[in-house]
Amino acid sequence: MNPAPTELQPGPQLVAQLTGFSRFARARNFNVGIQESVDSQRLAASIDVTDRRQLQLGLKALMCSTPGDWERFDAMFDAYWKRDQPRHSTQASIGGKAPRQSALAQSSQHGSDALFDVPDADALDSAGASDGNLSDGGASAAESISSRDFDQLSNAAELRSMEELAERLAKRIRQRLLRRQRIARRGERIDMRSTARASLRYGGLPMSLSFRKRRKQTPKLVLLLDVSRSMSVYSYLFLRFARGILGAFKGSDAFAFHTRLVHIGETMREPSRRKLREKMAMISAGWDGGTRIDKSLEAFNRHYARNILGSRSIVIIVSDGYDTGEPAELSKQLQRIKRRSRRLIWLNPLLGRENYTPSTKCIMAALPLIDIFAPAHNLESLGALEQHLAGI
Amino acid sequence: MQAALDSLRQRVADAGYIADQALLTSLWLMHELDRPLLLEGDAGVGKTEVGKILAEIYERPLIRLQCYEGLDVNTAVYEWNYQRQLLAIRRQEILHEGGLSEEQLFSETYLLKRPLLQSISEAQPAVLLIDEVDRADEEFEAYLLEVLSDFQISIPELGTIKASSIPLVILTSNGTRELSDALRRRCLYHYIDYPDYDKELRIVLARAPGISANLAAQIVAFVQKLREQDLRKLPGVAETLDWAAALLKLDLKSLGDNPDAVVATLGCLLKTREDIDAMPAEVIHRLVAKAS
Repeated sequence: MNPAPTELQPGPQLVAQLTGFSRFARARNFNVGIQESVDSQRLAASIDVTDRRQLQLGLKALMCSTPGDWERFDAMFDAYWKRDQPRHSTQASIGGKAPRQSALAQSSQHGSDALFDVPDADALDSAGASDGNLSDGGASAAESISSRDFDQLSNAAELRSMEELAERLAKRIRQRLLRRQRIARRGERIDMRSTARASLRYGGLPMSLSFRKRRKQTPKLVLLLDVSRSMSVYSYLFLRFARGILGAFKGSDAFAFHTRLVHIGETMREPSRRKLREKMAMISAGWDGGTRIDKSLEAFNRHYARNILGSRSIVIIVSDGYDTGEPAELSKQLQRIKRRSRRLIWLNPLLGRENYTPSTKCIMAALPLIDIFAPAHNLESLGALEQHLAGI
Repeated sequence: MQAALDSLRQRVADAGYIADQALLTSLWLMHELDRPLLLEGDAGVGKTEVGKILAEIYERPLIRLQCYEGLDVNTAVYEWNYQRQLLAIRRQEILHEGGLSEEQLFSETYLLKRPLLQSISEAQPAVLLIDEVDRADEEFEAYLLEVLSDFQISIPELGTIKASSIPLVILTSNGTRELSDALRRRCLYHYIDYPDYDKELRIVLARAPGISANLAAQIVAFVQKLREQDLRKLPGVAETLDWAAALLKLDLKSLGDNPDAVVATLGCLLKTREDIDAMPAEVIHRLVAKAS
């Protein structure tokens, strides 16, 4: 436990410091594996390590892998090399963010700082998913969190890791959908033209058959997210999920609604997290209030539906259905959406609870028009969305 | 190492590319660690240019693979030259020379090398530029990953072809799709941001021959101001250079002399109708006044 000297010197101590730094970075959710650790030692061996700036730039190229990493690397580097006791850092706590109920309200006041931050590694650790990577599949810790009710996350750290997972989940859904399509379509129709061409190499014998596949198409998803007060617990999470969906599915779009409708698709695609935070802070003013689903859907139908919806569109409404609007009007608007789209899905975060039965007037009016009414109270149920998207 | 970096900086500068310390370090490192370099950043910040410069300074052939949705192995790696094979078969039949054996038919003579295969079978290490890798499908990305880690390609009819030289690999991405963690992990990473005033000025002076220092400064100041506006597509460095060239053709000495020329040539900088609509002449005049 030597204090990190300000002047770096080659030698065994530096090796230990670099190893510590790799671990430090990994714990902060940087993509640093054994190869990167080894390469960081190679790097240190070939540069003049007394020039710390050089070391910083080299490690930056080595350890970053996304624009988000790029933005936060320098701060992390300073945090490690300038602190007195490098090793104690891994225990640094995220410093409990405020209780979740007020999270959205807080974010609209403080420029949604928390909204799109990359979760700190500590958050992931305490949530028990140190890899934070659902697609690993083997991480049992990740599984345990994926079946937890969103409502039962006890601290900010867990919530953050859940949000991160939700964003990644969207990507996984797309990958699995594509895989499914590929298998299902194997050899749909023989393509004579290309079979004939392929047979040339066998002197005209059709040794290998070519098949015509339909062009791989993924559905266009249109998300309508309820961000009213009764949904504020889930809002972040679904916004992160929406960001994942927008990144993974081409041609998809997203809206948020409370008493009115806000188009957030363009904003959410913003690659820079910093700009995204600024933009979200601007548009999220006034969220967290009441709900008028019927009015919002009406606005959607009037201004956007014509351009956005098509035969490949799947409309996903995420709402708990607590609404003060007119049921008849809601059902009229839903009908209009249904006519224009392939499938209408309603995700209700309350549905996964025991002893919840959909009984509000609004839900009762909507039920006959909805193709799929599904729970969305944990990551598993969000992942189950894939089944509903398949076969389009 | 410092010496190596300095000489690299000199050579990059001689080739007319203004690179900061971070990028130079990355370029040096990819050479040192034999790793591909993934460049990200908005359109027009000079990502593709890095590949070209690299080929130029190392005097290596540049092999470019432009990615797009639906890019497959046959366009990216190899393809058999069916026509030629067929002709060969017919020719042998007609000449009664006993036909072609399978080995002859599936030999390198009839193999069309596409960029990936070509890049690893050069005698001298090449620079392989994989442009806009985010546009390719996931399957291709997985395949690419395999090639980049083993530097060998297996062709069922011919067997495995090992690299005769390891190319320097540059990948660029605009972020239209998330790349897989595995690919990101395989690569060194560098994010190219829009240049600041000083850097962009140096770029314009280096790349727009015959421009006066005064006009260059005004152009850069204007573009920098323009980037602060809420635009859909921010103008990149490539746009700045186009615009500088356009203004040079118009024989403009100073932006303030003829603000209307600025408005008229704005198409060099703003590429969508929304953006042009968002920047009416008055706003442009104001920005010109600020810049000059």
